[in-house]
Amino acid sequence: MFKNIKDLVAQAEGQGLRISDIMLQSEQEETGRSRQSILDTMLDNYRVMKAAAHRGIGGVTSHSGMTGGDAKRLRQYLEGGTYLTDPTFLKAISYAVATNEVNAAMGIICSAPTAGSCGTLPGVMLALQEKLGKTDEDMAHALFTAGAIGYVIANNAFISGAAGGCQAEVGVASAMAAAAAVELAGGTPSQAAHAMAMALKNMLGLACDPLAGLVEVPCIKRNAAGAAGALAAAEMALAGVQSRVPWDEVILAMYQIGLAMPHTVKETALGGLANSETGKAWKKKLWQKAGDEQA
Amino acid sequence: MKYRSVFDIVGPVMVGPSSSHTAGAVRIGQLARRLFGEKPAKAVIRLYGSYAQTFKGHATDVAAVAGILDVAADDPRIPQAMDLAGEQEVDITVLAEEAVPEHPNTMTIELSAGQHQISVTGISIGGGLVQLTRVDGFSLRLSGESPALLIFHRDVFGTIAAVTSQLARAHVNISHMEVSRMERGKVALMVIETDQRVEEGVLSLIRQLDHVRKIVTLDV
Repeated sequence: MFKNIKDLVAQAEGQGLRISDIMLQSEQEETGRSRQSILDTMLDNYRVMKAAAHRGIGGVTSHSGMTGGDAKRLRQYLEGGTYLTDPTFLKAISYAVATNEVNAAMGIICSAPTAGSCGTLPGVMLALQEKLGKTDEDMAHALFTAGAIGYVIANNAFISGAAGGCQAEVGVASAMAAAAAVELAGGTPSQAAHAMAMALKNMLGLACDPLAGLVEVPCIKRNAAGAAGALAAAEMALAGVQSRVPWDEVILAMYQIGLAMPHTVKETALGGLANSETGKAWKKKLWQKAGDEQA
Repeated sequence: MKYRSVFDIVGPVMVGPSSSHTAGAVRIGQLARRLFGEKPAKAVIRLYGSYAQTFKGHATDVAAVAGILDVAADDPRIPQAMDLAGEQEVDITVLAEEAVPEHPNTMTIELSAGQHQISVTGISIGGGLVQLTRVDGFSLRLSGESPALLIFHRDVFGTIAAVTSQLARAHVNISHMEVSRMERGKVALMVIETDQRVEEGVLSLIRQLDHVRKIVTLDV
């Protein structure tokens, strides 16, 4: 078992293993389950991620009618071939959006670390699977690295928008995805930890201010930003760039910022974008509609 | 450690849109139902904090009802839970409360059937994980991840020792335990989390002990 990132990396590098191997070992010790059964569960979760992303690419609309169809739009744009960056980047953001659109439509998703942030990690993973030609089993293995990062953050800080703002959801998802991406690309555990820290630093202070309290605007597009940020952090780490602030200090900073944030921007739909003129209009429209249905 | 498994982080597989507000609410509803032990005739759901503000958008009330009906967090029937309650003749009342809770995602569920009733308060801590913080007015901290015994008893010396001796004799290991009382010498509550389920035979021995009033079991 490991209490912080420093400990996790030391265990991995001390034994010449990957972060995912250490997470897998701890899971076996903690739950008494067999290695194969743990791997199978993760593979099932990865396939749920894939199914949700592909469903979203086909086009879904939320019950509120506020969001939907953007993943499909992104896919058509990708197929048009006139994009600025490259297909991997564009796939990452389109799968991220697709997954969160399915979530908003009350579809089945795999929380990672939460439902509101469920698109970031699959966005990066699905795009990299296509880029690197990995099997589903390879991808499921790398998800243990993502899980190890989330596990440390969840136990030392928080992973809910209500407790710590969006930095604690999409910020954490971005950090998890960055570390997993580095491992998939053959980077070291230290490099994965640097990627984690850089991705999380770039999301610090992010408010959780969804319109009408729905996990739609800005959540869906923020997952695209989380995926993009994860790729940027992974590229930096693989190039040998290091986080100047030590890994665990970044997590502590996220925790302290979360505690200091006003409750209006912690999933209460009272502040930020939720309180914009448009946010107030949606709240009025949707909350009244829900009230009428109940009456 | 609040989170113990990698699947608390990459997982659970669930119906959207919110792990705290949808999956967490299903879980609190399920735990309340399991503590109650039968299908209730009536359920009152009181929502506080972020739950009270945003429950319509996240279907928090619908999710809690699904849990009360013992529907799982990844069951595609969750969005239809209100209709399901109607079919099963469970009367549902949802109240958005003004009181400011300690934790932003707090809900109290009151279940009843005839004279049998229970009041359970839970918080959703993120990623679909929850903690129960109050049962029938007693403070506690229960994750619902391991089997548990809630033993209501008279606050008299030796009662805790008598209960734990019975568990020791049955080779049941206690992973977590806490005791709370409302007033000295009156009713108190022992919450005992165990590594394995406690057999009915052991429960009946505990039930016969002096000062033990009532046992509620939580199976996982």
